Amino acid sequence: MAHGHTNTEARAAHPQASALKTGLLLTLLALLLAAPFFLYPIFLMKLLCFALFAAAFNLLLGYTGLLSFGHAAFFGGAAYFTGHAVKVWGFPPELGILLGMAGAAVLGLVMGLIAIRRQGIYFAMITLALSQMFFFFCVQSSFTHGEDGLQSIPRGHLFGFINLSDTTNMYFFVLAVFLIGMALIWRIVNSPFGMILKSIRENENRAISLGYSVARYKLAAFVMSATLTGMAGGLKALVFQFATLTDVTWQMSGEVILMTLLGGIGTLIGPVFGAGIVVTLQNYLATSDFPVTIITGVVFMACVLLFRRGLVGEFYASRIGRSLGFNPEK
Amino acid sequence: MTMIFGIPVQALMGQLLVGLINGSFYALLSLGLAVIFGLLRVINFAHGAQYMLGAFVALLLATHGGIGYWPALILAPLIVGLFGAVIERTMLSRLYSLDPLYGLLFTFGLALTIEGTFRYFFGASGSPYAAPPSLGGGVNLGFMFLPVYRGWVVVASLVVCLGIWLLIEKTKLGAYLRAATENPTLVQSFGVNVPLLLTLTYGLGAGLAGFAGVLAAPVYQVSPLMGSNLIIIVFAVVVIGGMGSILGAIVTGYLLGIAEGLTKVFYPEASNIVVFVIMAIVLILRPAGLFGKDV
Repeated sequence: MAHGHTNTEARAAHPQASALKTGLLLTLLALLLAAPFFLYPIFLMKLLCFALFAAAFNLLLGYTGLLSFGHAAFFGGAAYFTGHAVKVWGFPPELGILLGMAGAAVLGLVMGLIAIRRQGIYFAMITLALSQMFFFFCVQSSFTHGEDGLQSIPRGHLFGFINLSDTTNMYFFVLAVFLIGMALIWRIVNSPFGMILKSIRENENRAISLGYSVARYKLAAFVMSATLTGMAGGLKALVFQFATLTDVTWQMSGEVILMTLLGGIGTLIGPVFGAGIVVTLQNYLATSDFPVTIITGVVFMACVLLFRRGLVGEFYASRIGRSLGFNPEK
Repeated sequence: MTMIFGIPVQALMGQLLVGLINGSFYALLSLGLAVIFGLLRVINFAHGAQYMLGAFVALLLATHGGIGYWPALILAPLIVGLFGAVIERTMLSRLYSLDPLYGLLFTFGLALTIEGTFRYFFGASGSPYAAPPSLGGGVNLGFMFLPVYRGWVVVASLVVCLGIWLLIEKTKLGAYLRAATENPTLVQSFGVNVPLLLTLTYGLGAGLAGFAGVLAAPVYQVSPLMGSNLIIIVFAVVVIGGMGSILGAIVTGYLLGIAEGLTKVFYPEASNIVVFVIMAIVLILRPAGLFGKDV
């Protein structure tokens, strides 16, 4: 995905844009802090989990140019790891999530080592096949409890004294983890390491000729993306108190691609919006008998055909966005 | 009872046959994927949905039009192929100038839409589709009992695979196709209508998937999701074979079907994942795939 979108974050040198961005971010933060008093907290927590998932996925697709069709393995896998650690081993929630992240990282390392041997479209197909393999592993292993899934995972006490069974406490814990995750992604994207990732996305051969060992950078980005995805997956297991096969299916990998595409590939905030729209839509349609897959499919096709930059990306590139200085170079 | 490696020969032969039948479908589908990819540089994620579409068209022709198996075996691929051609002309063709990943994402959306629609109207459960009476019954081969229809599946898929291979390697149309794969601009400048060639190719690939669907209808249940898990295995087959070669796609399809069948005999727990394991091993030892040239 080397063209069609430009990286806007790193280039927001325009003072107006950065002031506007700070303002927007603060408004968003204020909304998130106030939201649980107006909206159903479980829905909000689900939204935050998926927003972090999509942002972590975008680290790979948007900033490195690698399309993984297997991120469900990290998301659902970490949900199982965290759930198992908390329920069976009695880990506290914070350690449970760290363990889920570690598990996702190992999984990411193994899958990444195999998948980066091919590029482009093959990379997508290989990650899809490997995650399907992990899905069958989850169907058959005993610790996942197969079709039943891992049920009634306790939320426990954060740092030993904050009771997470309380929904408000849980919400602010989820929000804190979400913000930490987003800050990490922001830090990675705007680091020298992130610049090298972008150079690989723009022109892999040139990055090689400049002496960068591209395979290692790709692998590092893949593992980081998997780890942060694991953060979202482990969090989701604690929010819903179960981990099931649904989170490991290829449909879940497709969903996160849709969220990212819809919001805006290669924008920091786009995947968050995309996740918000998709989760809201699913919530809304859950009560009707009209299948979500049809809408998902049509939105997918419309995104690819009509607005490949995604909603946020199109806004940045629009006349209003440009006049506000979001996209000074194009 | 005769035993081979401690396994009754009948069980072994039975699973080998199942493997060969699965392999027939892998070969037909990966052949279609390879033909489409060769010219369009698009990985057709909707291939599984088009396979399902073929089976459903045959089923609907039978229930609503009273049209039997043999006409359906011709009609259904034509209908699915036509559908594919329309999709290519109206939508997919707009994506050729972009990164190939957009083609994959578009066809993924298409697959979701088609499968979702059929699930909405026909439910998730499967419907049976009867094999034609002329192919009913079975033959006793001495060491095993062979249902005639299953033998027909293997023969039909072999003949079609061989036919497509000959079409591409030995005819003038095939020569145009291969030339357009190498350099579409040059071929167009010689007066060949390359956009039409692209449409025909996608229609042919979709039609092949539809044909596989009709062939599969009496073996498996006709259900909206029959293609969605299959397509991932076929992707792995294509990665193993390497997308460059038509013959490679066919041979790999059959080999992996048989490998899967054998795994079912010797280590049933791994039969779901054996294709993916082989894929991982091939990628480590020979990243370009068994028959591939490009990485």
